[in-house]
Amino acid sequence: MFSLERWQEIFQAIAKNKLRTFLTGVSVASGIFILVILLGVGKGLENGISRVFSRDAETRISVRTGVTTKEFKGLNPGRRIQLRNGDFDFISRYYSDILEYKSPVYQVWSASMVHGNETGSYRCEGVWPDFQFIENASLVEGRFINYSDLKYREKFAVIGYKVRSDLFPEMESPLGKDLKVNNTVFKVVGVFSDPGGEREEARIFIPLSTAQQVFSAGDQIRNISMTLPMSDSYDEALFRSLAFTDKISSFLKERHRIDPEDASAIVISNTLETAKRFYDLNAIIKIFFWGVGICTIIAGIVGVGNIMLIIVKERTKEIGIRKALGATPISIVSMILQEAIFVTTLSGFSGLILGLFLLEIIGPKIDSDFFYKPEVDFNIAITTVFLLVGAGALAGFFPAFRAAKIKPIEALNDV
Amino acid sequence: MIEIKNLFKSYQMGNTSLKVLQGINFYVKEGELVSIMGSSGSGKSTLLNIIGILDEADSGEYILDGVPIKNLNETLASQYRNKFLGFIFQSFNLINYKSALDNVALPLYYQGKGRKERYEISRYYLNKVGLGPWEHHLPNELSGGQKQRVAIARALASHPKVLLADEPTGALDSQTSLEVMELIQKINDEGKTILIVTHEQDIAHMTKRIVYLKDGKIVDDRNIDQHRILNHV
Repeated sequence: MFSLERWQEIFQAIAKNKLRTFLTGVSVASGIFILVILLGVGKGLENGISRVFSRDAETRISVRTGVTTKEFKGLNPGRRIQLRNGDFDFISRYYSDILEYKSPVYQVWSASMVHGNETGSYRCEGVWPDFQFIENASLVEGRFINYSDLKYREKFAVIGYKVRSDLFPEMESPLGKDLKVNNTVFKVVGVFSDPGGEREEARIFIPLSTAQQVFSAGDQIRNISMTLPMSDSYDEALFRSLAFTDKISSFLKERHRIDPEDASAIVISNTLETAKRFYDLNAIIKIFFWGVGICTIIAGIVGVGNIMLIIVKERTKEIGIRKALGATPISIVSMILQEAIFVTTLSGFSGLILGLFLLEIIGPKIDSDFFYKPEVDFNIAITTVFLLVGAGALAGFFPAFRAAKIKPIEALNDV
Repeated sequence: MIEIKNLFKSYQMGNTSLKVLQGINFYVKEGELVSIMGSSGSGKSTLLNIIGILDEADSGEYILDGVPIKNLNETLASQYRNKFLGFIFQSFNLINYKSALDNVALPLYYQGKGRKERYEISRYYLNKVGLGPWEHHLPNELSGGQKQRVAIARALASHPKVLLADEPTGALDSQTSLEVMELIQKINDEGKTILIVTHEQDIAHMTKRIVYLKDGKIVDDRNIDQHRILNHV
């Protein structure tokens, strides 16, 4: 197998038979290439979706309000429903035993922020301490809002990493520094990062009570965010989460005199439910990609097998000549197989590398929420290459074996 | 060199059995130049193929240079062919993607000789058949006569005990045929045992002994006055 003489013989055959080498190579390389791209894109979609849902805690439930669309008990449609501290207090007290984290939120979408000569406009959210966990935010330094801040309406701010790099550039630590938010001076007590990336990090958190005071919001809140503890099974968690959502919804509708059928006055978004939908979709996409991938490989195997059959057929006479000149059957079989394995392995890896290279180049250029880091499980890719090589060798073996077995005179008479 | 006793061979054609060789007794001494003649279907090619271990007899005895050729597996048969026999075919049977030199070197490759030695020997024989300058040409760049001379060089390269030629001039014009036959005579002069299958009387008369085959039997076997070819190459 490793004799130099034999390799020279094989390289000569490869070099002098470019078309058949090319055909074998292309069929293997394209099969692997397509598979790598398919699996890579599938993985990219999966990663993208996972990333979208890791922005927040996965059992998050958020309650927002809107405008009524239905008349109810003599009240006209078109009423704007406003959540207040009381709504949150009631929910948090009533469901304290099933809620994991809870926080009312009052946010201003765009507040001007100034530190020294640096200015910018960012989201400012008044929250409770639990909000850190609802948001899945992790602290880079300092601390989050605490209950004492809430109680004393402290003008403390926890800033996102984007705000930190924009407004406090080249500074070792922004902790303890002043940050002017809409002309009110806050003190930075913490810096957080969020898996949602820059978009989620371009904001600051302040105590809810302070926010309501600074933005003259009285006891208004914009939304209520909470999480339920994760259950052992995903389906159970979803079931509990949906049941809870229904209860909150009917409770708030009753409290605010809204038609129970009115879908736009109280809007409850349930991360788990949305996530499940996407994960289901993802599973379908994955099955689809795998299905197509496997079909590609089967087509590749059949293609390589076919080419091998033709190659052996085409070389029958040559085999006869070689046998007449003293080639043993083993040397014939191994000559054909070695050539086949060499060509398929080489082209298989070329296809693999080309596919990986393309994913590497194109992957980062695709800017979409639902597509992120397309990658291929290297083991799967390698396995596929060897599968194709094996199939080619197997497909070549039987006709080669037969050709090596037949009497040289019959092979010589082959036209 | 070649001893054949009571050799039988038949081919199965559907339900009927075609008896090709029916009891051949045939001896060839070292250094002989023998032609086997007969009309088509007389079994002359089959006899040559059996002598060449390209085909197997049904029954009978065949001893090649003191070695009984019987019940060989393919591997052993290949080794015997490589060691004892050189072939010259009507259709040349050169490998079309190999240069003249590589074609000549092929039997040496199967003898396990190194590249350098292979080419050295091959060049010697290519020069001997007058094709030294053509060593890098592919078969389809050579004329019929040249191809056959490459094939002769290839047959000689492995130092066989016996050279077997199946209609070596069948695909050549008469002038080229003479050239090839002259070469064969020259090789025989050097002591090589050569068997030629032909159906051409004049080719047969360039050998030293003619064996006539008819319906699978030897009907005549006699030494003749060899017709020498001179000054053609």
